[in-house]
Order: sequence, then C-alpha cells, then structure tokens
Amino acid sequence: MNIGALEGILLIPALSAALLAVLPGYKLTSRLNMAAAFLTFATAVSLFVVEPASGRYLLVDDLNKVFIVLTTFVAFTTSAFSASYIGHEIDTGRLKPSHVRFYHAMYQVLMFAMNLALTANNICLMWVAIELATLTTVLMVGLYRTHEALEAAWKYFILGSVGIALALFGTILIYMAAQPVIGEGPDAMVWTILMTQAARFDPDLLNVAFVFLLLGYGTKVGLAPLHAWLPDAHAEGPTPISAVLSGLLLNVALYALLRFKMLLALNPASIAPGPLMVTMGLISALFAAFMLYSRRDIKRLFAYSSIEHMGIIVFAFGMGGPLANFAGLLHMTMHSLTKSAIFFAVGHIAQIKGTQRIADISGLTVTHPVLGWGLVAGVVAIAGLPPMGIFMSEFLVVSSTFARAPYLVVILVVAILVALGGLFLKLNTIAFGEPRGSTAPAQASYVPMFAHLAIVFAAGIYMPPALVAGFQNVARLLG
Amino acid sequence: MQGLTFDIAHMLAGSLVLVSFMQLYQDRLSALLNMFALHAFVLAASVAWQAYAQDAPHLYITAIIALFFKAIVIPLALRRIVIKLGIHREIENVFGVGLAMLLGIGLVALSMVVMLRVTSGADPLAREDLAFALAVVLLGMLMMVTRRNAVSQVVGFMSLENGLVLAATGAKGMPLVVEISIAFSVLIAFIVIGIFLFRIRERFDTVDMQAMDRFREEQR
Repeated sequence: MNIGALEGILLIPALSAALLAVLPGYKLTSRLNMAAAFLTFATAVSLFVVEPASGRYLLVDDLNKVFIVLTTFVAFTTSAFSASYIGHEIDTGRLKPSHVRFYHAMYQVLMFAMNLALTANNICLMWVAIELATLTTVLMVGLYRTHEALEAAWKYFILGSVGIALALFGTILIYMAAQPVIGEGPDAMVWTILMTQAARFDPDLLNVAFVFLLLGYGTKVGLAPLHAWLPDAHAEGPTPISAVLSGLLLNVALYALLRFKMLLALNPASIAPGPLMVTMGLISALFAAFMLYSRRDIKRLFAYSSIEHMGIIVFAFGMGGPLANFAGLLHMTMHSLTKSAIFFAVGHIAQIKGTQRIADISGLTVTHPVLGWGLVAGVVAIAGLPPMGIFMSEFLVVSSTFARAPYLVVILVVAILVALGGLFLKLNTIAFGEPRGSTAPAQASYVPMFAHLAIVFAAGIYMPPALVAGFQNVARLLG
Repeated sequence: MQGLTFDIAHMLAGSLVLVSFMQLYQDRLSALLNMFALHAFVLAASVAWQAYAQDAPHLYITAIIALFFKAIVIPLALRRIVIKLGIHREIENVFGVGLAMLLGIGLVALSMVVMLRVTSGADPLAREDLAFALAVVLLGMLMMVTRRNAVSQVVGFMSLENGLVLAATGAKGMPLVVEISIAFSVLIAFIVIGIFLFRIRERFDTVDMQAMDRFREEQR
C-alpha cells in the first residue's frame, strides 16, 4: 500500500499521539502538537490539488474534503491557542505536567478519530471512529478532576454512549437492508457500493434505521432534547476542548447524518428524512435561544449558542435543495470559525479573571481592551449581525427556505432574534459593565482568535468565486 | 433454517429479554451483578447457537468473548469495586418496581410492533433476533434511567450493548469487524468507567449520582 495524502491525515495524528504520550516538557510538546496539527492541515489542503482514489476503507469526495479541511484548520489554530492556554494552566498549578502529556496525546487521538470518521468508506468504521472520538473527549472533559468536571464527563459519557449505541443499531439495520441486494459480507457496508444500490433496498428497514441514526448521531450533534451533555461538557473541560467540541466534533456527527440522508434520498420509496431534521433543528434552535437568558456561566452561555446554531444548520440541511444546502454548509463553516474564536477569547478571559461566572467578569473592554473587543466582535458575528459571515449565511438560510415553508421560517427567525437579544444582554455585562475582577495583563496569543474573526469578516464582505463554486457543487451532491 | 434449530435460537434470544426483565427488579448490587453475568452467559449461548446455525465459525469468537469477558471478568471486577467501596446497601429505584415492569412490558411490545412490521421481507430468524435485540436495548436504557447508582447504570449500559451484539449476530454475514469493535468498545468503556468510579470515590465518598447532582445545583 502506498501512502498518500489520504492516509497521511490519519497517520500524522496517530504517530504524533504516540510520540506526545512519551515526551516530557509541556513547552516542547505543545509546539510539537502545533506542528503535527499544521502538518495534518497542509496534507488535507493537498487533497484539493491531487485527489487520491477512494479505496475500500477510505474515501474522499467533494463533500468530505470540505469537512476535512475545516476540521484540520480549526484543529491547527486551536492547538496554537492551546499552547498558550496550557502554559498558563501549568503556571497556576491547575494542571500537572503528567496531565499535559496525557492531554496532548489525547488531542492528537481526537484528531485521528475525527479524520477517520470523515474519510471512512465503511459505515461501521465510521461508527467506530465516532465512538473513539467520544471516548477521547470524555477523558479530556474530566481532565481537571473537580466535582463538576467529573460529573460533566460522566453525564457526557452516559448520554454519548446511549447515543452511539442507538447509532450502531441503526448501522446494523442499514446492513440488514443492504444485505439481500448486495450480498453478505463487508461489501454491504461500503459507502460507495451502498450509494449505487440504495434504490433497491427495503424502504421500511431504511426508515427505521434512519430514525435510530438520527437519534444516535443527533445526540452527538447536540440536538434538543438530547443535548443535556453539551453545556456541562463545554463548561467543565479545558477551553481548547470546548472550542474543538463546538467547532468540530458536532460537525463530524452532522457529517455522518448527512451521509445517511443522502443514502435515503436515493431510495424513492423511503420516507423523506428532511421533515424529521427540520423539526429537531427548529426545536433545538428555539429552545437554546430561550435558555441563553438564564445562563450565569460564560462557557455555558456559548455552549447553548452552539446548540442554537446546530439547530439552524440541521434545519437548513433538512429543508434541502441546492440553495438551502449551500446556506447550511456556509453556516456550518462560519459557525465553526466564529465559535472557536469566541472560545479562544473566553479561555483567556476565564484564566485572567479566575472565574467563569458572568457576574464576576464585567467591564472587560476597560480592563482588557484587546480581549474585550475581540469578544464583542465574536458575539456580533455569532449573533448574526452584518457585516459578518454568519449574517450572510443566516440570511441565505431564511431567504432560500421562506418561499417553501413560510411558517417554519418565522419560527426560525424568532429563534435567531431571541438568541440575539440573549447574547447581547449578557455581552452588555461582560464587556461594558462596571469593571470587576483582576486587571492583570493578559498573557494571551491573540493570533488564532483574530485570524478566525478576520476570515468570518472577509466572508461576510466577499466570497471568492472558487469557494462559492466548490460549495455549490457540494450542495448539489447533498440533494 | 427451520424446526428445532429455529426454536432453540428463538428460545435463547427470548431468554435474553427475560433476563433483562429480571435485572429490572433486582434491588441489591450483588444480585444485579449476578443477573448481568447470567445475561452475558445467555448471550454467549445465543451467539454460539447462531454460529452453528449460520455455519459462521467467526461468530464463535464473539461467543467466547461474551462468555469470558462479559460473563466472568467484568462481573468479578465490578464485584470487587462494589465490595471495596462498601456499597452492598440497597439500590434505590427512581420509581417502583411495578411501574418499571409495566414500562418494560410496554417497551417490549413497542419493539415487537416496530421491528416485526418493517422486516416482513427478511429472514425469519433475523426478524425475531432484531425484535428481541431492540427489546433488550430499550430495557437496558430503561434500567439506566431508573437507577441512580453509578454501578447499576454501568450494568444497564452493558446489557444494552449485549442487545446490540444480538442484533449484529442476527444479521447474516455481518463482518467480524463489528464484533471485535463491540468487544473493544466494551473494554474501553470499562476502563473509562473504572477510572471514573475510582475518582468519583476519591471525590465524593459515594457513587450515588444524586449526590453529584447536588454539586451541580450551586453551579447553575
């Protein structure tokens, strides 16, 4: 087997995980972590230049290339943020050096698992990869070993496992549907073969399978009412992990759902998966928007905002059609970039102020102007105000679906506006309230945060035609 | 496949559902662990019978894994933890045994209605197995919901995974990848759980999940 770029994005994280597990010294390992993440990102970009052939176990097509590049890019910038974050945690004694070694190794294992889930050409391999990603993040959420961190990790573990068990049951049902047509054996689990034969599968089995897959992977996407793990896991784990969870892992689970949606779309006798996704998306968006008002913890606040945005994205994909898919894809990209930028800011803020309570971190623009205004820019973006990229993608979601389902879109718009109100209410205290807490200068790396915000800003003003064409192509694939 | 072969396979899968019910009303941890061992044992027998009936020798490996790992190693290890923690006291159910049993019956009926209806075209044995497997999965979930104790939640989760193994072996010709991955995931799950239980003990001096919830309330 010759090793190309496709194997590279799996091998680099796997090997560096082994290396980081044995190397001492956080300064060295955090740099190595960055280097490995960058190398993976560079390899992922090369997929656009030379597209390797899909094999029996790994596949690459226009759909997953977008996801892979986004994942590896955010993973790289997060590793840069993580280096300065971890340095501070070591200085204050919240983490021991042995924990950091474990943390860096786990970070790379998580990258490996996510890349494997995105490139797997086998429904079972994909399931294994998502389970691996879940278990890795469970361990990372519990890293601080406080009461709250352990409870969050436990809750995440139990809910995540139930979700992943339902997803496996769905996967088995898909195999059962494919087996009479394709024949026994591994062939009936290969995506590329499934897609060519889907029209002849038993539609009833496919329907039931999709319900299980939607509930199973939907738990990982954080759709209400299966979202209970998400705010705790975000709030109690190390902040780089919150950024990776919100920015990437939710997307990976969504990718799995989209693949199965494409499979069902090829079978005319099966149910349309769209309405199910639209319903769950709307419930999530509306529920999370109202929950924003009663948050007292800054990381919890943005975790609920993630649920809201995943709801909007699932709504867009559920509506389907080239335009709505395009909008959903754009919104997903923008949300990943913005939300991770916000968590970069929040991580440093929580470190300086020594607390995550919103009431104790007011007046940030006075005490720490760069961080404060950075956060303001991030919240402006995430709330969907012009000229940022999320405004454009939310506008596209609304305008592309309004003609088809005006009543549903009204609900969505209400959710977006309610969320905007909630976010600004909290932002008012955090950024412009009476200055409180420590005024010690921040030892932060601002580059990752502002790089993300700059991209989101640029995307709101001007999208390169090549990018638009690429997204349109993927949107057509999604049907 | 017909006649006796089918009947035995049917009986074994049905017994698995029955043992799931028996787990529901155990109110002592040690008894619950015994029941889980029995659950895994029935699963091993069922998988072994499938291996014989389908003439699929690789399924014997799954049966052996289920027998040694789930029916012997895990219950013994969990028993050690339980004794070490000194929690031989009674399990509190969130609601009464009667209600839990009624809900369980409802879930089994639901899984029969759903699975038998949609799989009308499939192989009869696979149909039965899938319906029973779904029932075991749902009963496992019910147990996780009705128990507050961390150890019994873990047992609920593992009996849920047993249901998945039953489903996977019922699907004819499903590649070995699945069985290994399931065994592996249980292993990882167990390690994770072990670490957690240990740390929970360190921090709380109890494995009662309600005690943990109380910490949370101050946080919100």
